[in-house]
Amino acid sequence: MMRLALAAALSLTAFTSSPHAAEVSEFTLENGLHAVVIEDHRAPVVVHMLWYRAGAADEPPGASGIAHFLEHLLFKATETMESGEFSRVVEENGGSDNAFTSWDYTGYFQRVASDRLGLMMQMEADRMRNLLLTDDDIETERSVVLEERGERTESNAGALFSEQLRASLYLAHPYRIPIIGWRHEVEALGRQEVFDFYQRFYSPDNAILVVAGDVTPDEVRALAEEHYGPLAPSMNPRLERPSEPPQIANREVHYADPRVSDPYVVRSYLVPERDPGDQRMAAALTLLSNVLGSGTTAVLPQALQIDTQRSLYASASYNGLNLDDSVFSIYNVPTGDVTLEEAAADLDQVIADFLETGVDPEQFERLQFQWEASRIYETDDVGALARRYGAALTSGLTVQDVQDWPDIIASITPEDVMEAARLVFEETTHVTGYLNQPTDQ
Amino acid sequence: MFRIFIAALTLLASPALAQVDIREVTSPGGITAWLVEDHSIPFVALDIRFAGGTNLEEPDTRGAIHLMTGLLEEGAGDLDSREFAAAAESLATYFSFDAYRDSVVITAQMLTQNRDEAADLMRLALVEPTFEDTAIERVRNQVFSIIASDANDPDEIAGDVLYAQTFGDHPYATALEGTEESVAALTRDDLVTAHRNVLTRGNVIVGASGDITPEDLGRLLDHILGDLPETGATPPGDAPYNLTGGITVVDYPSPQSTALFGHRGIERDDPEFFPAFLLNQILGGGNFRSRLMTEIREERGLTYGISTFLILFDHGPMMLGQFSSSNELVAEAIDVLRQEWADVAENGVSAVELEAAQRFLTGAYPLRFTGNENIAGILAGMQIDNMPIDYINTRNDNVMAVTLEDIRQVARRLLDPEGLHVVVVGQPEGLETTP
Repeated sequence: MMRLALAAALSLTAFTSSPHAAEVSEFTLENGLHAVVIEDHRAPVVVHMLWYRAGAADEPPGASGIAHFLEHLLFKATETMESGEFSRVVEENGGSDNAFTSWDYTGYFQRVASDRLGLMMQMEADRMRNLLLTDDDIETERSVVLEERGERTESNAGALFSEQLRASLYLAHPYRIPIIGWRHEVEALGRQEVFDFYQRFYSPDNAILVVAGDVTPDEVRALAEEHYGPLAPSMNPRLERPSEPPQIANREVHYADPRVSDPYVVRSYLVPERDPGDQRMAAALTLLSNVLGSGTTAVLPQALQIDTQRSLYASASYNGLNLDDSVFSIYNVPTGDVTLEEAAADLDQVIADFLETGVDPEQFERLQFQWEASRIYETDDVGALARRYGAALTSGLTVQDVQDWPDIIASITPEDVMEAARLVFEETTHVTGYLNQPTDQ
Repeated sequence: MFRIFIAALTLLASPALAQVDIREVTSPGGITAWLVEDHSIPFVALDIRFAGGTNLEEPDTRGAIHLMTGLLEEGAGDLDSREFAAAAESLATYFSFDAYRDSVVITAQMLTQNRDEAADLMRLALVEPTFEDTAIERVRNQVFSIIASDANDPDEIAGDVLYAQTFGDHPYATALEGTEESVAALTRDDLVTAHRNVLTRGNVIVGASGDITPEDLGRLLDHILGDLPETGATPPGDAPYNLTGGITVVDYPSPQSTALFGHRGIERDDPEFFPAFLLNQILGGGNFRSRLMTEIREERGLTYGISTFLILFDHGPMMLGQFSSSNELVAEAIDVLRQEWADVAENGVSAVELEAAQRFLTGAYPLRFTGNENIAGILAGMQIDNMPIDYINTRNDNVMAVTLEDIRQVARRLLDPEGLHVVVVGQPEGLETTP
């Protein structure tokens, strides 16, 4: 009986109500600051984000970690604010604040009552241009960053492994460096390098403002004119980054660490990212990663976790939000009696079978329905939506590209997915990484 | 001029209060739930908690409730694991099943357009899990992997050591996942008993938010939960407290040491709870301006982050904190920590610190109530902590009523520099386990 109800539901893939969508608008100030406004009037809360088109991949060679180090230092003294005052004011107003750095961007955000938006803009505009970067602040904060690296990377075998893997995957492009920086390079960072990076990249014409919550576009524009409007643009074009040479050899990375409890194998491929006006291949790759790895009915978990029970966990990943070439990966965490070499062979076998048999149409229909449903669910968290717009715009996409994405996903067919699969698995070289315990243990 | 402007603005008014209208709903079958009804997005979020959690295990079956919880979506009714997953995918409904020390928490998001089918599926998971043999073995292997991974995780190691020293023979003393031996010994009957012990109507608490009327919610809950038994196992009594002051060093090969520190805490229903809550916020409440964050990170660069928290265990509350430091710095960080702990115990906090914490907490509170998933979780959390339904209206007044003298008193009572125990996992320089 239960099954009958479910069978009926299965056929009901069309949405009975038109998808609810958040109101999104945009404008650009005369000084080049680009702004996106996402409205959500359910609660008197606003998320204010300022994104810079500057990340770890924009650092000069040999000085990795500057972008992230600078992110920490933005909470220190400016010409008119004391060190730490920014966060103190946010907290006194009941808000929370933080920041994040990636290869393509650095972002700062506060979540506050919507009537405090002007104050946030005032302080954010101030630190865009008026940071002091005192020697004292630099010394203490470098130590904090090294502790962060110790906690997040060096205490974690998997994080160390990923760092090595990435450096092998990108031969020339600066995506090969870790965002937090190599330890020996962070230790050597001084005021001059940080200041130069700040001067070069922190300007209104290199920034994207995203405001999400209980505000109107007119209110945001008026406040942005008042606080960000007076800042002069720097007119620096985005840097050309080194590009990858043809990758013609497969590579292997082996890392052994006594702290590893679940050895695993990962195979990674360099693939296209989402490009402005040209997102179909990225959409097909996204669905390919879903078909292979999303949920227990996906190809890899179904074959390896459920059918043969040779894996604890098997999956695939791809993120198209990158300025330059992105990474497609498949993973296999084998059960205790399966070696990593066998686990890699298992991956090969499942992929070979998949290239032979193609996409299961029922699974594909379920995935497309879940993408449709995500249009509803995502409006529940405009903070996450704001982050998506910020990441997209700093990755070279437009607001229109973001809004087109769901329809492009919906237009992808199983044939498109198989074409993407052949591109990845038959035409692209790869790096295979093995994370294991030392053998002499 | 800039600074004057900010000062003036912060004094103007506290942020507008969120409009949160919580309704208590009683289903025709007698199940109560708290609901925030909001029809702006066509889905509902449910947060269903079963009080008791892994405390309700039978003796010698450590890990049974954790494993049972992980199996609820691995086959139910006449659906096997794959069919269950495919059915959930085809409805774009999302469930989570998690076991904690004091509760089992199950959440769901259901689209309005297929809510009845999603509810059918959820009912199957809760009422008719099959605990089929191949699923048991598969999930048991996943649990072994979690246990092995925790044995290599400095945070987990520190927690296990601290709780083992604190809680004697109470379930709190051991990891809720169980040990490799205890999990290997679990039988299907143990899982059926675990299910029978904890998933009961008498234990259940429900928070709901989103696109559903009170009437529809009542019917939905009767359908999902109505066939569960009324009562289950009896919870254990209060845990003993055996922790003494000192240091325990656990050797672990890493350039950094992880420190977990603390001692006895305070009950949620203690008359001095609000002063203790403010005290914790000021000492190490997880923001950039707390006393410990200022002294240890901002002033000295000894850590990336340090925070403290009140652990509101039903049968043995704790006040704990944690940080990581390089092996050569951790001893100095612990010295500063002990100084600050003693200073606040003796002198309390400053008026500036108290005012800043009150402003933050009262300003931040209304901002919490956004998003269906989040609100459903808050509503369930309030009920499981026995808060009244009008708690939201009085909470900020309670925060503002706390005085410096209240904090001085509770600091003297709660903070115990002599009883402070620090577990250090790493290879710290200049630190040894105290006898």
